[in-house]
Amino acid sequence: MAIQVRIPTILRTHTGGNKTVEGSGATLAALIDDLDAQHSGLKNRLVTEEGKLHRFVNVYVNDEDVRFTGALDTQVKDGDSVTILPAVAGGC
Amino acid sequence: MLRIDRATYDAIVAHARKDHPDEACGVVAGPEGTERPERFLPMLNAARSPTFYEFDSADLLRLYREMDDRDEWPVVVYHSHTATEAYPSRTDIGYASGPAADPRTHYVLVSTRHHAEQTGLAGDDVEFRSYRIVDGEVSEEEVEVVESYLFGHSPTTVVYD
Repeated sequence: MAIQVRIPTILRTHTGGNKTVEGSGATLAALIDDLDAQHSGLKNRLVTEEGKLHRFVNVYVNDEDVRFTGALDTQVKDGDSVTILPAVAGGC
Repeated sequence: MLRIDRATYDAIVAHARKDHPDEACGVVAGPEGTERPERFLPMLNAARSPTFYEFDSADLLRLYREMDDRDEWPVVVYHSHTATEAYPSRTDIGYASGPAADPRTHYVLVSTRHHAEQTGLAGDDVEFRSYRIVDGEVSEEEVEVVESYLFGHSPTTVVYD
């Protein structure tokens, strides 16, 4: 079993058009490294040069926004479902 | 160009008016890969603010999961400005240029400010404008309102949160 990851439309250019990919790792950071090894360029889109999750990206482990569970240090395990989405916000 | 049916156009304007002076926001979903805004999905502005809008994190997840399950994507992301013109702000451009934001999205801006003097629009007509935002570059596009898209439902029956 692996971790299922839902990819937003624009990032499917990195996954050969696939909506969902699989990866592994004990933390979100490790999972993203594993995904990047399989789908080159993905990490650059999600993680900033300072090693933080990009602020305009939302990542969920199952139904939990990782902003509230330790961001890239969030623990993940086989069978989890991870969703990556664009944050939708703005202002005048 | 954004082609949108009258009922959806009116529903976006009605939502903006209803939430004034706070900013209103939402999505019009359509079949993934198409330019057809078919399903009007008003969202709650979690910021409940006259100067900022955001989709609540849990609402965002539910919305995208539902669209994904239906093979839809957000053809239109709309929000209102309540005191300024219907033009993307620096914040709007920042979010729309985010690494997971799809540049194929049409960003609709509605302004509910009292603007008769500035624009010459009569009464309380609102400004309704559409943009593409790609890597921080904003380009306005034409909006064509069509009477019907032969949609499967009437957007005006959607109940607001």
